[in-house]
Amino acid sequence: MSQTLTEKIFSNALGRVVQAGEIVVVQPDVVMSHDSLTPGIIDILQNDFGRASVQNPDQLVFSFDHVAPASTVGTAENQNKVRAFARRNNIRFFEVGRGICHQVLIEEGIAQPGFIVLGADSHSTSYGAVGAFGSGMGSTDVAAIWATGKTWLRVPETLQIQVRGKFQPGVGPKDLALRIGRELSISGATYLTIEYHGLDWLPLHGRQTLCSMAVELGAKAGIVPPSGEIRKRFTVPDWLFVDPDTSYYRTLEINLETLEPQIAIPHAVDHVVDISKVAGRKFDQIFLGTCTNGRYEDLREAALIIKGQQISELVRFIITPASSHELLRAMADDTLSTLIAAGAVISTPGCGACMGRHQGTLGKNDVCLSTGNRNFKGRMGDPTSQIYLVSPAVAAASAIRGVITDPRSL
Amino acid sequence: MVHIWKFGDDIDTDQIVPGRYAPYMRPNEDVADAAFIEAHPEFNKQAVAGDIIVAGENFGCGSSREYAVLALKRRQIGAIIAKSFARIFYRNAINLGLTLIEAPQVVDRLSDLDFCTLDLEENRLIVRNSILRLPEIPPFAREIINAGGLVAYIQTNGRLPGE
Ligand code: SF4
Repeated sequence: MSQTLTEKIFSNALGRVVQAGEIVVVQPDVVMSHDSLTPGIIDILQNDFGRASVQNPDQLVFSFDHVAPASTVGTAENQNKVRAFARRNNIRFFEVGRGICHQVLIEEGIAQPGFIVLGADSHSTSYGAVGAFGSGMGSTDVAAIWATGKTWLRVPETLQIQVRGKFQPGVGPKDLALRIGRELSISGATYLTIEYHGLDWLPLHGRQTLCSMAVELGAKAGIVPPSGEIRKRFTVPDWLFVDPDTSYYRTLEINLETLEPQIAIPHAVDHVVDISKVAGRKFDQIFLGTCTNGRYEDLREAALIIKGQQISELVRFIITPASSHELLRAMADDTLSTLIAAGAVISTPGCGACMGRHQGTLGKNDVCLSTGNRNFKGRMGDPTSQIYLVSPAVAAASAIRGVITDPRSL
Repeated sequence: MVHIWKFGDDIDTDQIVPGRYAPYMRPNEDVADAAFIEAHPEFNKQAVAGDIIVAGENFGCGSSREYAVLALKRRQIGAIIAKSFARIFYRNAINLGLTLIEAPQVVDRLSDLDFCTLDLEENRLIVRNSILRLPEIPPFAREIINAGGLVAYIQTNGRLPGE
């Protein structure tokens, strides 16, 4: 009997054959929460469930990334509350500056192929990059896992993306992620897992870009079958492979040979056009970072485009590495020095300006080119500000010219 | 009689409560005061207990922030009737005991600021002398809502829903 990767992961977790559509109760392998929501989850556990401690501390991991380091007394106090709780309960946590939860859990080998990884964060779909079932939940759901060790889930059907060909110069994983949004729409994968096929050659960082954005189409999870680089870096269970005759809820084909650089224009993630449509438009700020595009390879791509040139004086360029590890990698060669010499500023590894809380919040009518994943109105600051979502290559090319620029035109 | 507040498609959680207004950022404020604070200031100031939100497709898309639901729950919104809901928002609403009704055929017949009466016992909405039938809430969700949300469900039954 053939199964989707999602059905295989749930079958393994439950020790019986599971099919899409079933509601199951499982013990997730990992439950992640970060500084923004963990204080509230502690309150639900203590005040609503009436419990002082968690059922299974080994299942849990905390990160400090959303407002890191703390920007106000309030956020500082909330962070201290999380640290104290973590120490009392023996829960692993990653301090301010270590990086974005979704990056750190993969770097640390906490998210593994075949695992069920749930997070109090919608971009927990990112763990599909290593072949895990990753999904986001709200605070009460997560508090219930803290209290019981378990949660209920409906096993989702799977939508297949069949990719053909390879990226052309100047085009990369972010363009594919945006293109998928353009094809499927912001709700086109609601309640579904997306499986991305035809990408065995794609390195880990590109898989992370794709899977982080699965949730932008409403998906419950996004999984790239763990092949290629993933098999070299992780232990892939022998049951975790794609059955050749699996049938999918829907299949969408995308040809990379003809894919152009894509850009999401304000204020919707699926409001995506070819870059030529908006080339030449003005903007004020570039934000290179986030769980979608804040890794070494993203900084490297930008540095190679910018090398030897200066960033336009019309714009500011903020870089927030996804983790301390990625920052160190960018320091080991001339990536970081190139970007700083060109006029970019580096902020603490973490989420940075992505949610508009610090390190690059937008003012009235500010226009930002972001390598992030959401351009909702007001997400990065004032509701009159605008966000365009772009690849690192488009960000870098546009930084030099000071207007939106196709990297192939340089 | 309560008011309908009508919204379009793809209302995201940044519109319901911007991240900058999260309880984490404003620990001493009530998140209810931030409901639609930037996206719909009239709603923010005028919505009262029992009022109904009506919306198009994919209501609540975006982040997992449960405080978006919490803000509407604390405003005592009677129900949200939409063509469809985003996954995490739907789950969060059930968990906090906020009634969501997926009713694509009803949404287009309702207008902003209509007066209406919601009758959840009989699954109907009475508006401008007409009675609109609402689909039943799926039993799995209804069970959790009736228990008073996920915490109350687990405390009362000693198990998770579906276990
Ligand atoms: S980088 Fe942005 S999208 Fe990613 S986890 Fe942080 S706030 Fe969320």
